[in-house]
Amino acid sequence: MRPDDIRRRISGRAIPLSGNDIDTDRIIPARFLKSITFEGLEAHVFEDDRRQMPDHPFNQPRHQGATILLVGQNFGCGSSREHAPEALRRWGIRGIVGESFAEIFFGNCTAIGLPCLALNSGDLARLNKFVAQHPDHEIVLDLEDRVVRFDTRNVPALLSDGARNQLLIGTWNATGVLLEAENEIDRVARSLPYVTGY
Amino acid sequence: MAETLLDKVWQAHTVRTLPSGQTQLFIGLHLIHEVTSPQAFQMLREAGLKVRFPGRTFATIDHIVPTASQARPFADAMAEEMAVHLARNCNEFDIPFFDLDSERQGIVHVIGPELGITQPGMTVACGDSHTSTHGALGALAFGIGTSQVRDVLATQCLAMTKPKLRQIRVEGKPARGVYAKDVILTIIRRLGVNGGVGYAYEYAGSAIEVMSMEERLTICNMSIEGGARVGYVNPDETTFEYLKDRPFAPTGEAFNRAVAWWKSMATDPGAAFDDVVRLDAASIEPMLTWGINPGQSIGVTEPIPDSSNAPDADRIAWSEALAFMSLEPGRTIAGTPIDVAFIGSCTNGRLSDLRAAAEVVRGRKIAKGLRALVVPGSQAVARTAEAEGLHELFLTAGFEWRKAGCSLCLGMNEDKLTGRELCAASSNRNFKGRMGSPIGRTLLMSPAMVAAAAIRGQIVDVREMLP
Repeated sequence: MRPDDIRRRISGRAIPLSGNDIDTDRIIPARFLKSITFEGLEAHVFEDDRRQMPDHPFNQPRHQGATILLVGQNFGCGSSREHAPEALRRWGIRGIVGESFAEIFFGNCTAIGLPCLALNSGDLARLNKFVAQHPDHEIVLDLEDRVVRFDTRNVPALLSDGARNQLLIGTWNATGVLLEAENEIDRVARSLPYVTGY
Repeated sequence: MAETLLDKVWQAHTVRTLPSGQTQLFIGLHLIHEVTSPQAFQMLREAGLKVRFPGRTFATIDHIVPTASQARPFADAMAEEMAVHLARNCNEFDIPFFDLDSERQGIVHVIGPELGITQPGMTVACGDSHTSTHGALGALAFGIGTSQVRDVLATQCLAMTKPKLRQIRVEGKPARGVYAKDVILTIIRRLGVNGGVGYAYEYAGSAIEVMSMEERLTICNMSIEGGARVGYVNPDETTFEYLKDRPFAPTGEAFNRAVAWWKSMATDPGAAFDDVVRLDAASIEPMLTWGINPGQSIGVTEPIPDSSNAPDADRIAWSEALAFMSLEPGRTIAGTPIDVAFIGSCTNGRLSDLRAAAEVVRGRKIAKGLRALVVPGSQAVARTAEAEGLHELFLTAGFEWRKAGCSLCLGMNEDKLTGRELCAASSNRNFKGRMGSPIGRTLLMSPAMVAAAAIRGQIVDVREMLP
């Protein structure tokens, strides 16, 4: 882990996206996965939605430069493509706040150091209202205290212990910490009959 | 104390508790394909790492392969580049690769079970959300992203949090014309597309017990559409019989020893679950989706729902879905004209699926002006189907008989919808834009229902057409 990898507090302007069950095909349509790198994905984030809805938040000049994405329930459902969080990250998103997240998407975001915090529906509605009225105000995601700060409020946020610790310690790129257990990995491999031969 | 398969497999594969509090979990089988692996190999190179257990990863190519002509180089230069990169990565890191010329190529979730690579009691990971499919054999199978593909390549491990466990008991006998697809669509409709977040699903009950392995694969495949990353069926005689004599299954005495271990990994009688849900199989009718997620489904005789009757939280979503689909509330969905019919995918692209469709198609022709594709899930499925003459039956009826791949399910190759086309599909996702046209529309249903729709040119209750 490097000092740069530690995620304690993220602040910035928010970009609100309404709707539940927004799947990763909508975040980045499959035709943009035809590449051997993640480069350039930011240009196509929500591409089809943006073409069909000219007033899509990602098209609005006032939201350019925003770093906190506000979403609804079950955001990122469907395909496991890490292209989705990569497209958002490369567009400039540094943290996501919503009512709930699809599991693989949540894991993929954590694995690239992009925290996803869940709020109850009442607090999320208040946050959305505040952002609609004050798009220029910064909001703060505090991973250490598990709260989201906006206006004069501190609202409690849900972030699983495992993901929070990975982000706070800076081990969200898990390869290094997994490799530390070299001998234990071999021990488990040797204990499994299908590895050693039944 | 009575334990579940989840408990036992998790315990057997636990390497240690990580500083984050998560479990370092050993992954016994890693499957890779061309779309989500190239960046992982690049990360490995940049970190100067090797593949830790090259023999525990298997590769195939499925998402981008053309299903008409597979002459190399592919007409699509980017698809060709992805194919070349996968071959190069597998060669460089010494990973077995079932390429197009290997006879073993196919959709990754079809070939794993078919080759006997997926076995009970394993942990399985693949950079694809439908990895839950492999749970049908009694494995814990996780869909993962590219960073986690890197982790498995480099360490054969993942940092994971143990899910809660919900048992879904399906009891009774489904009626004729009702298939595994209808059962899982009913489960997702009832529990919601996010009902399974944080859970693994254990499918059990008399209806699941009598299902063939291929039916169980269909059920487990769509666990993720209900939000559950993992879905499994406990290994039993059906499982062992299925695995016997498969190319990668143990043989002779080793097979018997394997069966003993596989049995020992099944959920014990009396084990506790975090939640139990019961479903009556006899009450299920042929299902299909009317909306833009797999939970928005109805029975074929039910009216298309009206968003004014929706639960408060769903009203906007329902009206958005109905507007996108251009479906009229209050009418039955039967009679809706279709433009395209698609039989295939990791959900329903296996031999029994093609046979079920063929039963409806036999002696009939598809409707005029319709485009209809049969895309076998693997080269082995295609070979067996051809040996049975199924390809001729489909071709005579007016279907196109394609080569193995993911095809129209996600529209990453040449097989795409055009404009507003409406597709009756045996695949797993009806998301906006899923089939390659941003405004194309998908209705999910069983392969037999797709076949029936192809013949009539419109949605029809397959029970009217069964011999």
